Amino acid sequence: MTKVSMSVNGRAVSGETEGRTLLSQFLREELNLTGTHIGCDTSQCGACVVHVDGKAVKSCTMFAAEAEGADVMTIEGMANTDGSLGMIQQAFQDHHGLQCGFCTPGMVMSAADLLKNNPKPTETEVRAYLEGNICRCTGYHNIVKAIMAASGQDVTIAAE
Amino acid sequence: MYAFDIERPSSVSEAVEALKNEEAQALSGGQTLIPTLKQRLAAPEKLISLTGISDMKGICEGAGGSVCIGGATTHGEVAEGASAYPALAELASHIGDPAVRNRGTIGGSLANNDPSACYPAAALGSGALIVTNTREIAADDYFEGMFSTALDEGEIITEVRFPVPECANYQKFVQPASRFALVAVFVAKYADGVRVAVTGASEDGVFRWTDAEQALNADFSVDALENLKCSEEGMIEDMHGSAAYRAHLVKVMTKRSVGAC
Ligand SMILES: Cc1cc2nc3c(=O)[nH]c(=O)nc-3n(C[C@H](O)[C@H](O)[C@H](O)COP(=O)(O)OP(=O)(O)OC[C@H]3O[C@@H](n4cnc5c(N)ncnc54)[C@H](O)[C@@H]3O)c2cc1C
Ligand code: FES
Ligand code: FES
Repeated sequence: MTKVSMSVNGRAVSGETEGRTLLSQFLREELNLTGTHIGCDTSQCGACVVHVDGKAVKSCTMFAAEAEGADVMTIEGMANTDGSLGMIQQAFQDHHGLQCGFCTPGMVMSAADLLKNNPKPTETEVRAYLEGNICRCTGYHNIVKAIMAASGQDVTIAAE
Repeated sequence: MYAFDIERPSSVSEAVEALKNEEAQALSGGQTLIPTLKQRLAAPEKLISLTGISDMKGICEGAGGSVCIGGATTHGEVAEGASAYPALAELASHIGDPAVRNRGTIGGSLANNDPSACYPAAALGSGALIVTNTREIAADDYFEGMFSTALDEGEIITEVRFPVPECANYQKFVQPASRFALVAVFVAKYADGVRVAVTGASEDGVFRWTDAEQALNADFSVDALENLKCSEEGMIEDMHGSAAYRAHLVKVMTKRSVGAC
């Protein structure tokens, strides 16, 4: 076991890990941050996406030890400081961008990564960026709408 | 996964030293190796992470119009930073998905030599030089068949040097479930000749379609390919496509590459 230290959602944390401990496992089991979901555990679905030093990564495909000293942001860090939903999260609720919600943490983290680099994406760019995020429920349409709305662009409201 | 330790050296020489241990294996972006470890298809005792070695990261423009890319440079960094070689940047920007591109590296991709991977087509199609801690290997001598390369045990790809062509284009027919290439073709036109590299198609991994190269050397046009036929012998045959289908796609994608060049 070795000790790893990192910052998660702005808070300094540390814990004991094995070499094989995945970042997803460290977040969920060591830090009890269970918002990061494990959908496939085979690098395909994107439910586990978090940001490491400002970049979206699949936390099931990175070892916790590799995040030593890094700045990690998870879905728990996306809410406003008063606990209310962050802008992208709120847009997902407003536009019915989730059904079972299992893929949602990864979708929101990928969306945040996209909007940081491309604040006004086209619908095509949103769809292309979500290539690695799989949703078994929504058919993606409302997820794309939510992200377009979160970027401040007009969309036809799907569900009020 | 079986248990192992992770070391994170900060220099190539430390990594080379650590990899002298027979039970050690290099870890770069982990986008291939971690899924492999999860399936227990590999059982190293130590993983030597290369991503903390700053000498192995970054993109530079070398002498005589070449682009050199550090072995631990991510696909995302190449997509953004290799503007001196637009076809290469474009290829990198379509590998997997954004999260894969933020971790996966060129050295890992070339070392793995997956028969459907993108970078092998760019390296072979550009006649790139694979630079390791001990030598420089020409792409023509580097790829030795599916998942097999000229690398020795413990040898590390530190850099890849691409001569920049007059024009180049990569056309990828995506296998939508894996996001790898079902068949993809990289065409590059240099002053001294055209190179056509095909990935995703052959059971021997990436290869040069020499008939197409000859035809294009005589006449660099889509029409020059019209009468050619890529043989289906030795083509991959699986649930995603027959050998004949792949052979057909080789020609289709080559035509598209030339048309876009
Ligand atoms: C969902 C998904 C989609 C993908 N889609 C594509 C795609 O469309 N096209 C494509 O080309 N690839 C694709 N990939 C693979 C991806 O590009 C990998 O990043 C790449 O193949 C391996 O690079 P890595 O840095 O992750 O290497 P790792 O997984 O860390 O290592 C792979 C192998 O290379 C060895 N190695 C690593 N670096 C070096 C080095 N510098 N020198 C010597 N040996 C080294 C390791 O020991 C290991 O055996 C995809 C992967 C995933 C998970
Ligand atoms: S759980 Fe990580 S990609 Fe599916
Ligand atoms: S909302 Fe159920 S998987 Fe996306």
